[in-house]
Amino acid sequence: MYELTGVTKRYRRGKDTVRALDGVDLAIPDGGRLVIQGPTGGGKSTLLQMLGGLDRPSEGAVVLDGVDLATLPEARLTRVRAEKIGFVFQGFNLVPTLTAQENVETALVPLGLKAAERRERAGEALVSVGLGERRGHLPGELSGGQQQRVAIARALVKRPAVLLADEPTGNLDESMRDEIMELLEGLWEENGLTFVMVTHDSVLARRAPRVATIRKGRVTIREQVVGAA
Amino acid sequence: MFFTYLRRELRRRRKAALVVASGLALGIALVIVVNSVSAGMNRAQGRVLESLYGLGTDMTVTKAAAPPEEGATVKRPRFRFDAKGGDDDARQSQDIVMVQGFETLAASTVARVAGQDGVADAVGGLNVRVMKVDGQFKPGEFKQEPGEVKRGGPAAGEVRGGGADFDVDSYSVYGTDVAHQGLGPLTSSKITSGRTFAAGETSAAVAVVDSAYAKEKKLKVGGTLTVSGSKLTIVGIATADSGDAAADVYLPLARAQTLADAKGKITTVYVKATDSQRIAGVKDTIQKNISGTTVTTSADLAQTVSGSLSTASDLAAGVGKWLSIVVLVAAFLVAGLLTSSAVSRRVREFGTLKALGWKSRRVTGQVAGEALVNGLIGGALGIGIGLAGAWAITAFSPTLTAQLGAGGGGGAGAGGGGRMLVGGPGGPGGPMSDGASRALDIALTAPVSLTTIGLAVALAVAGGLIAGGFGGWRASRLRPADALRRVE
Repeated sequence: MYELTGVTKRYRRGKDTVRALDGVDLAIPDGGRLVIQGPTGGGKSTLLQMLGGLDRPSEGAVVLDGVDLATLPEARLTRVRAEKIGFVFQGFNLVPTLTAQENVETALVPLGLKAAERRERAGEALVSVGLGERRGHLPGELSGGQQQRVAIARALVKRPAVLLADEPTGNLDESMRDEIMELLEGLWEENGLTFVMVTHDSVLARRAPRVATIRKGRVTIREQVVGAA
Repeated sequence: MFFTYLRRELRRRRKAALVVASGLALGIALVIVVNSVSAGMNRAQGRVLESLYGLGTDMTVTKAAAPPEEGATVKRPRFRFDAKGGDDDARQSQDIVMVQGFETLAASTVARVAGQDGVADAVGGLNVRVMKVDGQFKPGEFKQEPGEVKRGGPAAGEVRGGGADFDVDSYSVYGTDVAHQGLGPLTSSKITSGRTFAAGETSAAVAVVDSAYAKEKKLKVGGTLTVSGSKLTIVGIATADSGDAAADVYLPLARAQTLADAKGKITTVYVKATDSQRIAGVKDTIQKNISGTTVTTSADLAQTVSGSLSTASDLAAGVGKWLSIVVLVAAFLVAGLLTSSAVSRRVREFGTLKALGWKSRRVTGQVAGEALVNGLIGGALGIGIGLAGAWAITAFSPTLTAQLGAGGGGGAGAGGGGRMLVGGPGGPGGPMSDGASRALDIALTAPVSLTTIGLAVALAVAGGLIAGGFGGWRASRLRPADALRRVE
């Protein structure tokens, strides 16, 4: 599980210091689902980066399964990302020159698996997101929704404990948005993941049992009944 | 995955890859052409020197030039023809056989030189020039004017007609030690007809004639050549490897000494060192231990080479070298900057891979790998262009002129190489005296050695690594958070 204690992140912007996170305390249980909401520049993505070990806090601790990511050496932090955390980005972030299959395989490269095993697992992951027939296509040959499915397959192929999604439906239309959300929620339930998602979309926020709203670097948690207005 | 990713990226950015590869190719092609042309220059210079020295000669020993004594007369050939009877218009002919440069060493010098430390072999030779004047005097006729006879006085009239008609021929003769034919000027020629001297023909009346001279004088094997009244049988025709022979006629040393009235004398000792790395040391040893001699090495003689060969050689060594360096440095910089710029455009891609758990080292390796392949493509292109350039030069074979001796020699030429030329066998161009020069036409080739190819490959790898270093450094500094920040 995640335990964030007094997490503060300060940036230098010219002569000014910006406090993106200001003493955030937050706990996310294993298999929990949390939506992070808030205005632009409020610190949502910064919080997600702390959770994903992509950045380190200026102060405080980000503990995942008993390990403080804030003080972990870079090599071990890279290992944690490779084994435990899956990312889904708003812009899909696929490598344009690699096929869907090869893009999914990139997540397995750090695990040192043999090529045959990589291919097999990547193929299975694509089938699980409904793109088994498109594995040889380049990202440019796929629709936005299909690209995001590939990105989801890439995030889940390594069988992570945590799935972090930054506006995963931000670049999709409404019908595609619902389709992707249903896919993510299904995979969350099926795999018992800890699922944290940043979104501006209130409709999506209503589908999560816990919502963290972040304003000026401070977090407030709201519990809700799923599907409530 | 590494190679798949690399191949796809190179294909996607083929225009940039082509720019980088072309820059490197240009630089590498220049290096190959400049190197091969320099090698061709050295080979041409070697042929020029070989035509004088013969194969295997590392240095020559000649008598040191002495400053002329005050009041001494300059030695010149002198012809004397006796006036014969008043009506005699018979042809008169006279040969003068003179030692080239009038400076000789005792034949025993050869043994002394051979005994020096570092000397593998030493052979003596005598360079001689034959000047032949052939023609006739025709006396004038006295014509008496009619009707102007004075009694008791001399007949009135005038001498009409008469005069002299003489042809002057000059050719060079080299007296060779027939017992040691492995060293000396004759080694730079091949016997193309007949045979060379037999070891026992130490003073035999035989001659080997250079093919150009034989053609000019219509001489053949089995024919005779008369030198200063001595009839010599032509046993062989020799053709010079470089197209310019060391002498017109080769005789056994003892025969040449007799003809030149120089018994027990030689003009030059041809020396082969035991080790080509010790030539300078052997030169010092000989000069120190055998006084009154001048030792000239190939390096000394090379300094006296001037003309278009020398100019082209200087250009290749100077302008060519620096142009190659400038183009290569520019190509390396452009490759580095383009690679770095490509990394900047792929920040999100590399950030994402780092977010997925790729180590910085792996991302850097991917970038460096792409740059290295770019460099190798440039290297392959450059080697192709360079080989084509070298082939074109060899096929076109521009003719360069090498001027030896006077003019370009300067101090070194006068004291070292210049002296060698005076003592050398000389060519068919005329009698050699101090300050004389010799011009040779040499076809330039551009041989490409494996070392040059190796250098090109090393430069391609270096170019790739430098470019990869730029890009890799940039990629290694990327933070994975950039992958997320870019989509905000």
